[in-house]
Amino acid sequence: MEAVMNQQQKRMHPHKFTLWVAIASILMMFAGLTSAFIVKSNLTGWRNIVMPDFFWFSTATILASSLTMQMALRSFRQRAMDQYRWLIGLTFVLGVTFIVLQWFGFKSLWDQNIKFNGSAGAGQFLYVIFGLHALHVVGGVIALLVIFLKAFFGKIKLYSSVPVEVAATYWHFVDILWVCLLVFFLAIG
Amino acid sequence: MSDTIHIQPGSVAHEAAHDEHHHGHHEQSFITKYVFSQDHKTIGKQFLVTGIIWAVVGGLFSVLFRLQLGFPGQSFPILETFFGHWAKGGQIQPEFYYALITMHGTVLVFFVLTAGLSGTFANLLIPLQVGARDMASPFLNMLSYWFFFMASIVMISSLFISTGPAAGGWTVYPPLSALHDASEGSKLGMDLWIVAMALFVVSSLLGGLNYISTILNMRTKGMSMTRLPLTIWALFFTAVLGVLSFPVLLSGLILLLFDRNLGTSFYLSDIVVNGQTLPNEGGSAILFQHLFWFLGHPEVYIILLPAMGMVSEILSVNSRKPIFGYMAMLGSLFAICILAFLVWAHHMFVTGLNPFLGSVFVLLTLLIAVPSAIKVFNWLTTLWRGNIRLLPSTLFAIGFVSLFISGGLTGIFLGNSTIDIHLHDTMFVVAHFHIVMGVASMFGMFAGVYHWFPKMFGRYLNTTLGYIHFWVTLVGAYLIFWPMHYEGLAGMPRRYLDKSVWRSFSQFGDLDKMITVVSIIVFAVQLLFIFNFFYSIFKGRKVTSTNPWGANTLEWTTPVNPGHGNWVGEIPEVHRWAYDYGKDGREFIPQTEPIGANESKH
Repeated sequence: MEAVMNQQQKRMHPHKFTLWVAIASILMMFAGLTSAFIVKSNLTGWRNIVMPDFFWFSTATILASSLTMQMALRSFRQRAMDQYRWLIGLTFVLGVTFIVLQWFGFKSLWDQNIKFNGSAGAGQFLYVIFGLHALHVVGGVIALLVIFLKAFFGKIKLYSSVPVEVAATYWHFVDILWVCLLVFFLAIG
Repeated sequence: MSDTIHIQPGSVAHEAAHDEHHHGHHEQSFITKYVFSQDHKTIGKQFLVTGIIWAVVGGLFSVLFRLQLGFPGQSFPILETFFGHWAKGGQIQPEFYYALITMHGTVLVFFVLTAGLSGTFANLLIPLQVGARDMASPFLNMLSYWFFFMASIVMISSLFISTGPAAGGWTVYPPLSALHDASEGSKLGMDLWIVAMALFVVSSLLGGLNYISTILNMRTKGMSMTRLPLTIWALFFTAVLGVLSFPVLLSGLILLLFDRNLGTSFYLSDIVVNGQTLPNEGGSAILFQHLFWFLGHPEVYIILLPAMGMVSEILSVNSRKPIFGYMAMLGSLFAICILAFLVWAHHMFVTGLNPFLGSVFVLLTLLIAVPSAIKVFNWLTTLWRGNIRLLPSTLFAIGFVSLFISGGLTGIFLGNSTIDIHLHDTMFVVAHFHIVMGVASMFGMFAGVYHWFPKMFGRYLNTTLGYIHFWVTLVGAYLIFWPMHYEGLAGMPRRYLDKSVWRSFSQFGDLDKMITVVSIIVFAVQLLFIFNFFYSIFKGRKVTSTNPWGANTLEWTTPVNPGHGNWVGEIPEVHRWAYDYGKDGREFIPQTEPIGANESKH
């Protein structure tokens, strides 16, 4: 116990810890939705869907953005600020691209006559689950925009890497979550 | 936006000096000090006052529908004066009745006993008792209150629309809640209910995240986890329950919103309204119940655990004895927290649940009796041969134990799926959950308010009014809810507007009258408490010493009216657990006192 107390300074930064708890919380929401999906897929009137190609493009985009985010974080730590600025900007652009691609994915499903009305199938769940995921990405994009603007126009020099690390962790989380959800839909939907 | 206040030893003095400096130059405006405050103590008070306002609203609703239940068919012209067509001819109309019970449940469960109880005491006590200057993120903490405030505004506004608020019960089961045509309350009121609850979930998540990371990351030097007061442990498990179960409710509600407004059929199947078959197919209403009760059951522990924690602390302080079985208390809190996630289907025994699955849930449900019994045993042994100070806070804490036993025992009846076939949806259920969860948690909250009022406002609550408040409420609670067990055993259903037409239930007519009269008296006494509360904020007897109850925990090492940052100088270091009462001939030894050379081991 004494050893633990002396390590007080080595504890995780509270904001980072808060993020991990928030991630657990977000996972519970998606766990609720995917369980509902499994329960419902055994009931009458269930319709499966063919995954539109757009979702493959968006997967590539968000994976690339995770990479640029990680590079941005490394540049920040090395105080290579110019490199950091354009990498964070690139991540932001990739994030926006992801959301646009998701929108096209939804649209192409909608054009295949998979709408809200009538009996629910994998399509309706896809709109809800991918839609909520996209909302979480939008949250991340807004956070990126804020640190991007701060990096360009901020008057105060920031040396703490905590905000960037928090943003990076969250960004990787929505990336991994997306891959898991996609695999879930491909395997069960 | 102020940043996190770091507590690394060494930097503390600098931080404190900086704080002083800061305060010296900028007088905080009224807005930043009392309205958009980031001080955890102010936020706690905001939660408390908002919770009190909600409690009056929710309590008044119960008085109104008790009038209908106690005096069916009788006219109360004053009701028409206030509620117009909702109480035509002075009689509560069926739609109004269902709106009242729905809002009573929603308001008391979520807005009073979740936000008002853990919102208040988690905010007030966590930084003070773990030794932190504020929460991990004071800004998110402020957001948490304002999301709750917005949820409150939306929920309140639903009371004033022409079709009335949600009226499908606080559990908002579809299809009733999913179809606009199902009832008046399923129209706009239901949408507002969902929006308000979504805001509420956000509020409670923001709060919960903060509570967890503050407890785990911001404890002062020497405050190991096993030196934490039990209040903090209880609030910790409460936050864990909330953070993991509220999101599931949110997913359930999002799907409900889609069903209501976009025509999906997540919950709807084969429904005929006014002779017209709806196109929905393949939906499952049971699915909603699973999603709802996955939150709904942990929710009752979200309500109960903070009360348990505060009662443990208050009983120990006021019997001048260490808490009996600290580790057992902690273990049972942990066990309750785990079991809370594994018993949700006991709310669904009669929905056609597979009986085999039901028996698993029976076993898990009855297992909760074990940690509960451990806790009760430990509370009683803490009191045993203690040097008890019968303050209002102590009385409310003892009252909590009494109610928890009474209500817990009837849970054993309801937890059996076979007996539940007879008892489900009867007044027995109403009696059970009101005693064990509703009134018991209220008692825990009152105990907490009486005990920590001096810390919140630097003044005492009036003790005489406190005694009146306690005795009337305790006797009243038993008079109201005890007879309901008999009604329920006789098969009297809950939720019915008028039971007098059945001969088998009309025999309870006089009993129902008595319950109604008592509930009006109890409601009046709560108003007395609220008078005491607000009067004492301004005119109460002043607290003169920093540690009026002779307690060991850290909040009593702060000044009588602590500023933002809590401690003037460095945050004190902790050397012992929180329960060294009556040790080595000393009445109490604060946590900040180093272990003496000749001190006996506890």
